[in-house]
Amino acid sequence: MLLPPFQGVERYKYRRVATFGLVIAQLFCAIWLLSTVISNGPTMYAVGDWQPPFGIILYADVLSAILVLLTSFLGLGVILYTFAGEDRAGRYLQPLIQFQILGINGAFLTNDLFNLFVFFEVLLIASYSLLIHGGSKEKTASGVHYVIMNLIGSSVFLFALGVLYGATGTLNIADMATKIPLLNESDRVLAHIGGSMLLIVFGLKSAMLPLHFWLPKTYAAASAPIAALFAIMTKVGVYCIFRVYTVIFGDAAGSLSNMIAPIIWPLAIVSIIVGTIGVLASPNLRAMTGNLVIVSVGTLLIAFSLRTQEASAAAFLYLIHSTLVTAALFLISGMVGEQRGKAKDWFVVSRKLKDQALLGILFFIVAMAVAGLPPFSGFLGKLVILQAAVTNVEKAWIYSVILISSLFTIIALSRAGTTIFWRNVVSKNQNDASSLSMWKVSATVILLIASPILVVMGAAFIEYTDLAAAQLHDNNLLIEVMNLREGG
Amino acid sequence: MELLYVVCVGVMTFSGIFLCLRGRTFPVVVGLTMLSYAVNMFLFSSGRLNLDGTAILGKAENYADPLPQALVLTAIVIGFAMIAFVVILSMRARADLGSDSVDGREPRDADQRVNAKRGGQ
Repeated sequence: MLLPPFQGVERYKYRRVATFGLVIAQLFCAIWLLSTVISNGPTMYAVGDWQPPFGIILYADVLSAILVLLTSFLGLGVILYTFAGEDRAGRYLQPLIQFQILGINGAFLTNDLFNLFVFFEVLLIASYSLLIHGGSKEKTASGVHYVIMNLIGSSVFLFALGVLYGATGTLNIADMATKIPLLNESDRVLAHIGGSMLLIVFGLKSAMLPLHFWLPKTYAAASAPIAALFAIMTKVGVYCIFRVYTVIFGDAAGSLSNMIAPIIWPLAIVSIIVGTIGVLASPNLRAMTGNLVIVSVGTLLIAFSLRTQEASAAAFLYLIHSTLVTAALFLISGMVGEQRGKAKDWFVVSRKLKDQALLGILFFIVAMAVAGLPPFSGFLGKLVILQAAVTNVEKAWIYSVILISSLFTIIALSRAGTTIFWRNVVSKNQNDASSLSMWKVSATVILLIASPILVVMGAAFIEYTDLAAAQLHDNNLLIEVMNLREGG
Repeated sequence: MELLYVVCVGVMTFSGIFLCLRGRTFPVVVGLTMLSYAVNMFLFSSGRLNLDGTAILGKAENYADPLPQALVLTAIVIGFAMIAFVVILSMRARADLGSDSVDGREPRDADQRVNAKRGGQ
């Protein structure tokens, strides 16, 4: 009796209509938010009208608005995919997806570190339930690891917040950015410790090396649409790294400015290398996609460690591309697994797929986009990151690491494609797998169409990401919007 | 008081981390609980420790920082919910996987150690 609306038989029909309506409404709100922010500049909303630096502030600049739009768009694809029957495998899938999107959007929009923690917990508790949705041994086993890892991460997050609050006396990101350069010697050490502990948390969320071990197993265990939704979760960690270490510990932070860039640089390179080795060594399509996520995180962090506005802009463009494309790859691996019976998405010779041509074409497009071949968005994304390198040392490292990693990705993807689609055993039995649901195909196509659109309208996207990076690097603008400038 | 407080938080954090590194879910859950207690106490102390301070203006001479108290309340609620979730999850893992090891199966050499032949080998 505690929860009257949740009693009785689940009415899937109504729930689907409602969730579809919600995600469309979200999409329109996100577009409206982006257009408002682009035309009127960043806005803030003081929750409960408690003005900064005291209250919780929601802050939308172009970067946040773009990421909220990306989340809503990804949510649309994921929700369409679940309409094919995934939401009947367990209860409350649709509400949980909405909770997850709420947490992700909140993390993108908040400008208060403690509120960021709260939104992290919202998205995490939704993701815990989503991960074990449907239930199986692998899901439970990887769920235990995932939950324990993230609970420890949450504790470290709170320790870091305590240290930072003790040192600066504020939790508002803008206010903290103004206080950090004015700290005395002992408080500066505390702020350094707090900032470094935050990096552990964000590194865990974004699966940065050496905190990436949970990722391939978790993503391989989750069901396809859930894994696709999780594709944006690592990006939440990357976004937080960009936000916190550009605004709070950025150029204006005195002796603490850019304190983590020298740590991130080698870690990003090693992330790409280890991720690429993982891609080559993966025994099935899901695990391979999980390792591709690690490679993309490494690429984003390399762009972060360059610490220029151009590099940030390049990273945001690549972020949009990699989220959508890896999500599409997860959806495709789900469909492939469904049609191959026992072989699932493992790289073994098995019977022919029922919808060989359709899935083959979709896989081919995704593979081209992931590996960074023109005319798809991966090419543009990687190109802008390569162009962002300035000095010769940076160029040498970035060019060699990203290009060699792309080459190995192409090799691994073509091996995967030939094994799954071309090397079939001749079987007398008809393939009795049911044909693909149109919901699933349309969901994948919607996510994939974004890839060529990113290229065709590349100039507009580059303009927006440039604007986003400019606003992210402009602390004065943030402080101006927050009305924090009083006499110095 | 500061020394006592610091020692308590430190010992609790240490025990929490030690227990989190154990191989079975029960000690890990207890460890997570201790870690969250330690975090709550730590967060409380981030507003500095005051005796006889009030969090409301005009009630006493000394003021305590009210914000960490609000933060701790939030952290307690969230931590409690998360611990409840992990307890249920580990019970389900015990039922599903037939083992209370965090990996879902006994370590490969555990069997040999338990059923070791007499006389060493």
